[in-house]
Amino acid sequence: MIDWSLLALNPPGWGGVLLQGLLSTMEIAVGGYLLGLVIGLFGAIGKLHGGPLARDLLEVYTTVVRAVPELVLILILYYAGTDFLNKMLALLDYEAVDISGLVAGIFVIGIVQGAYSTEVIRGAIKSIPPGQIEAARAYAIPPAKILRRITIPAMLPYAIPGLSNLWLIATKDTALLAVVGFSELTLVTRQAAGTTKSYMLFFLAAGALYLAITLISRFLIGILERRSRRGLAGVN
Amino acid sequence: MTTSPLPADETSRRESWLKPHRLVLILIAVALIAAAIIFGRWDWLPRYLPRLWSGLLVTLAMLFGSALLGFVLAVPLGLVQVTGPWWLKTPAAAFCTMIRGTPLLLQLWLLYYGLGSLFPMIPGIREFFLWPYLREAWPYGLAALTISFAAYEGEIMRGAFAGVPSGELQAARAFGMSPAKLLWRIWLPRALHRALPTLNGETVLQLKSTPLIATITVVDLYGVISRVRQETYLTYEPLFLLALIYMVLTAILVFAFRYFENRIPTRGI
Amino acid sequence: MTSILKTACFGLALGFAASAAQAEEIKLGIAAEPYPPFTYPDASGKWQGWEIDFANAVCEEAGLDCVITPLSWDGIIPALKSEKIDMIVGSMSITPERLEEIDFSDKYYNTPTIVIGLKELDFDASPEGLSDKILGVQSSTVHQVYANKHFASGGTSIKEYQTQDEANNDLASGRLDAVQADAIALKAFLETEAGQACCEEKGQVADDIEVLGPGVGIGLRKEDTELKEKLNAAIATIRENGTYDAFSEKYFDFDPYGS
Repeated sequence: MIDWSLLALNPPGWGGVLLQGLLSTMEIAVGGYLLGLVIGLFGAIGKLHGGPLARDLLEVYTTVVRAVPELVLILILYYAGTDFLNKMLALLDYEAVDISGLVAGIFVIGIVQGAYSTEVIRGAIKSIPPGQIEAARAYAIPPAKILRRITIPAMLPYAIPGLSNLWLIATKDTALLAVVGFSELTLVTRQAAGTTKSYMLFFLAAGALYLAITLISRFLIGILERRSRRGLAGVN
Repeated sequence: MTTSPLPADETSRRESWLKPHRLVLILIAVALIAAAIIFGRWDWLPRYLPRLWSGLLVTLAMLFGSALLGFVLAVPLGLVQVTGPWWLKTPAAAFCTMIRGTPLLLQLWLLYYGLGSLFPMIPGIREFFLWPYLREAWPYGLAALTISFAAYEGEIMRGAFAGVPSGELQAARAFGMSPAKLLWRIWLPRALHRALPTLNGETVLQLKSTPLIATITVVDLYGVISRVRQETYLTYEPLFLLALIYMVLTAILVFAFRYFENRIPTRGI
Repeated sequence: MTSILKTACFGLALGFAASAAQAEEIKLGIAAEPYPPFTYPDASGKWQGWEIDFANAVCEEAGLDCVITPLSWDGIIPALKSEKIDMIVGSMSITPERLEEIDFSDKYYNTPTIVIGLKELDFDASPEGLSDKILGVQSSTVHQVYANKHFASGGTSIKEYQTQDEANNDLASGRLDAVQADAIALKAFLETEAGQACCEEKGQVADDIEVLGPGVGIGLRKEDTELKEKLNAAIATIRENGTYDAFSEKYFDFDPYGS
């Protein structure tokens, strides 16, 4: 009853298409996650050390993003966000840029992830014993260098559990891009299922692929956590 | 889940709240909202109000229905992972891993379209007494949301059961309590008490998952707004309204939970 | 992994700058869903079908460098207006309602609207026939508008789907009693194994030109008049020089252009 040959890697099997979708999913997830980390790092520093205005604006950003469903955010960012960006560029007399496909996906996931990353990294920086940073200041190390050499390495063990969880969320949030018609794993699965009418087979196959991402990620995260905690006592 | 939807620390809020720059920010926000009201197109809103209301009810029914059923499922899921025999422990752990490791959207489509595609192969299914429900979309939405909530909360319950100090359980045994009584009188209440604070975050996350059911034809809040977008060809106004409604719902949930949490005694814990 | 990282960073850093340079490309939006025989992906992920052949022929004739860009159907008009795509080739009917938002080329095919339904039910495509039935339509289509205008008041319960094949699937599963869409697409479904097993044509709906429109055209932004002229000229040319008939014969034994 189940036609396994539909999953073959070469046509007429759809396996190749699914793997292509998996690659897109990974590209957006990695890109969006990294963008989220960058936003999160600056957001966290802004929240901790920024002026009152920056702090409040960041608070609005993280609160709004975490209170609105990802699906709605993705729609708003996908349609309104890129449109808004182009209008701003037009105001500044730049030519409109073509924000579609991969860049749009990364942008959307990155903005959503950034809000969560901000909170995770902020919490991690606050967990650094203040003496370490005070000591660095006492040695008159410039702030940028303190950030690079002390703050970031010292906060990592505290941030890794939260950030790993965000990575797992990022891989799953990419599926929501299927709703705006972005060709990642879930959408190509839906297309393959609709074309061949083998809904069960393809949805289960895609589920197995997502599960594989999660399990492999968890394994790697486990190694990373153990390494990052070397020499530290009592960090969870 | 380590991502709580709203910041818990209140220290910044307890300081004097109204500062000059905040006043400016509030003025800008008011101006933006006023601009949205004046320059946006809102003539559709009165026409859709009844439908938005019924969409809201569907969203809330799905949220509370799935959270309640999911929580009831989560308790045994967590318990058997801590104390159950291997033939219960393994499937429960596998279930939680599988659900937490795949996107809810995919699970939803698998349940609705995947199962639906099998119906023609089952003779007599249309005479089956549950057929009227199998035809509808909402049972699948409710089922998928429930399963998802159960898996995430099940993981939390596992931690909660495991985290009850063993001394308390040993003391109960020393008093001669039967295993069932121990579970009912000591272990479960203590685990529930430990898990309750996570319910707030999990429920907000669940609220944020509900719009996915619109993709399987359930007309929830999101479904109504999609309808508005199609019929009016507007993008910004309906989506911003939708975001605003979800923000209000999240805020209500957060404050309601905070209120109830403060009423639950935490003495000695 | 590093190559993915590089791609991602590269895309982020240079995507904005690099893509602005190649402004000559025309982004041709299609619905990212199987809609046989017009557009559907094959097992290698390429888009196939009558409408893809049509688009390629028109683009070649008009000398345009068209890039096929799949998008979700219910967001395709906003995508056109916000310049994510430059034209829509998606079996989109030219209707007065849509003409308020966007412009259209001349029509390039026309097909009647029909209703198909479960074999064991006996009804026709009239408001009375459908009065107690569950009717599936695709959202953001003329059929959705038509069904809500003509059938909803008569007691038909209307379910809206993001894609047509999901509506067809739900008809085959028995969750729907009937589906309304254009005749060519639905007849293609009736010829499939699932379609043959469950369903049959129940008839054509009464015409309503205000809703259903005079045919299908290429959706365009209102200000792109130059592109519109190019496309209209190209459609006329491929109609005349036999290109249109040549690729149509691969799919149909009739002329989809209609009267």
